[in-house]
Amino acid sequence: MELSGGHILVQCLKDEGVEFVFGYPGGSVLHIYDAIFHQDEVKHILVRHEQAAAHAADAYARATGKPGVVLVTSGPGATNAVTGIATAYMDSIPMVIISGQVPSPVIGSDAFQEVDTVGITRPCVKHNFLVKDVNDLAETMKKAFYVATTGRPGPVLVDVPKDMTDPNIKVPYKYPKKISMRSYNPVVTGHKGQIKRAVEMLLTAQRPMIYSGGGVILGEAHKELTELTQLLGYPITNTLMGLGGYPATDKQFVGMLGMHGTYEANMAMHESDVILAVGARFDDRVTGKLAEFCPYAKIIHIDVDPASISKTVKVDVPIVGEVKPVLEQMLELIKDSKLKPSKSALESWWQLIQSWRDVHCLEYDRNSKVIKPQYVVEQLYQVTHGEAYVTSDVGQHQMYAAQYYHFDKPRRWINSGGLGTMGFGLPAAIGVKLAFPDSHVACITGEASIQMCIQELSTALQYNAPVKIINLNNRYMGMVRQWQEFSYESRYSQSYMDTIPDFVKLAEAYGHVGMLIEKPEDVRGALEHAFALKDRTVFLDFITDRTENVYPMIEAGKGHHDMKLRVAPGTPVDRELS
Amino acid sequence: MRHIISILIENESGALSRVAGLFSARGYNIESLTVAPTEDSSLSRMTLVTSGSDEIIEQITKQLNKLIDVVKLIDLAESAHIERELMLVKIKTSHDTREEVKRMVDIFRGKIIDVTANSYVVEMTGQSSKLDAFIHGFEEGSIIEVVRSGPTGISRGEKGLHL
Repeated sequence: MELSGGHILVQCLKDEGVEFVFGYPGGSVLHIYDAIFHQDEVKHILVRHEQAAAHAADAYARATGKPGVVLVTSGPGATNAVTGIATAYMDSIPMVIISGQVPSPVIGSDAFQEVDTVGITRPCVKHNFLVKDVNDLAETMKKAFYVATTGRPGPVLVDVPKDMTDPNIKVPYKYPKKISMRSYNPVVTGHKGQIKRAVEMLLTAQRPMIYSGGGVILGEAHKELTELTQLLGYPITNTLMGLGGYPATDKQFVGMLGMHGTYEANMAMHESDVILAVGARFDDRVTGKLAEFCPYAKIIHIDVDPASISKTVKVDVPIVGEVKPVLEQMLELIKDSKLKPSKSALESWWQLIQSWRDVHCLEYDRNSKVIKPQYVVEQLYQVTHGEAYVTSDVGQHQMYAAQYYHFDKPRRWINSGGLGTMGFGLPAAIGVKLAFPDSHVACITGEASIQMCIQELSTALQYNAPVKIINLNNRYMGMVRQWQEFSYESRYSQSYMDTIPDFVKLAEAYGHVGMLIEKPEDVRGALEHAFALKDRTVFLDFITDRTENVYPMIEAGKGHHDMKLRVAPGTPVDRELS
Repeated sequence: MRHIISILIENESGALSRVAGLFSARGYNIESLTVAPTEDSSLSRMTLVTSGSDEIIEQITKQLNKLIDVVKLIDLAESAHIERELMLVKIKTSHDTREEVKRMVDIFRGKIIDVTANSYVVEMTGQSSKLDAFIHGFEEGSIIEVVRSGPTGISRGEKGLHL
């Protein structure tokens, strides 16, 4: 079969089983778009800004486990996509980005819409390619998908000069079934001796903790993690990226850890003597002050990326490998071992944890006359029976979503954890809804974040992706305001907007349903009504408490045991103080 | 501590910038870098001199290994190895100093490879410290130009860095 480059690219996507391409046309990719026009197997989703193409593809990948695919033109098309690519890179999301480039003969001449895309994206992709010969195109695409989806996943960009897709140049097409690269051989199984050491350490622990991250979700290891945790009876905490890796409603789950994690999770980490870290990377938002991080603990760390091990926190037993096979190996050894976890030690450990739980760190004022953002998330959880896919933007609302929506299943919580990209939520919700048209998809956002990619309301209408936008509108960039309150004597420099659009009218202008909710007693009804409108995108504008803060909190430069707690009326902390 | 990292890398355009970009993005320092294709033209051999604590060097080698274009690498400083650097020096000469300069070059086992009425170009290889010593042997102002390749190295014994 002889094909031109444009048709080759589309055929590669078909052969890879790609369902959706998120993109935006332009001069350098016109040949590719013409090839897209001639078929309907690969569906193209036309976004309104290239950043959204990358976010939607990224969220599609997070929700399905399949790589997301993006197609953008050269120059501004590529630079607009960079934020989305960096977002996927920081959270290790498999994604393939095809970017158009000016024709090879004019590369380097500052041609119209020319930018060094390979150079600009180099620090925020797992790998990138510049195609120099149309005969290499199919193999390069295969390599891109292979690198993106194996080992520690990540985005891979393929830069395609326009002459590579010239309809008049046809070359034989064959998509390689398999590919191997001499310079890229990701590790799969872990070192047996290390795993044995880890199991012994775990089984002899007095105050054990399991700390799991996004690697469990990416590595499809939630079943193994749950089995191991329940077999041992140990407490478990998840990172922001790891939520859903272990059922949040299970009694062994002590909540998220880190800066806005629960008191019990952070205290348990601090007092623990053996920590099993699974697919987590000891991010600074998790560890707090490094010098005070888990002072009594020996640490076992399972990660597919050797560079993640001992990067910030020195670990005692490193295990390089994919989390799923390593956990399987561990389970086998634990089942066969003569050692059993000490019942008495575990009992007193759980008692201690209960005393931290009794602080009820997530309590808030439930009698408030204004809508509390936490209340909205709690009600959303109930109305959707905890089954919704929840995307979020970045800020206070993201933390409320993580704290009050209890994720029992993996891939349901879709947020920009590493890069912290405002504007992620809405395009992400669209990407998820396209993948799962029969599921509820909610985007928890704020009035600042939503405005960063609000144009995608138009995309949601065009492709019939009815999502529910839960706008926690406190008329502030809430997290910025919170930090300014705590650290800058309440000087709220540029953290509020004098003009906020009428979101109801805006939603209507885009062809959707808008709702304004101002009273706590209307929250439940509004949510029920919105989710009953199955085929409509609904923008729910909740006017929430302006001064509400996210608690508990580890302030910058402090350790896990040094948390700032909310003094909510009637809580144990309140009683202690009075 | 000073480390010499020897890297086998795909001989692709952009491979060098991936390495250089990694160092600047993560704040590691590069003292010197040499690179050229090997006997297998699809591969380049890069020698990179850096310094840092054991933790930093561990991260550097891990991060380098993570680059898709990097095939293999070793830290030469971990075992017995030989290090050489090439230097070309242009030295001012006059009728009075020519003999003296030639004697210096002989002592250091260098070669004079270009001669004019008023200058020599000297070629010299050796450990970086020897090249330093040679330069320090001249009065200020007598050296017109110095070009150094940066150290390159190879491990001792039968074992080698290859595919």
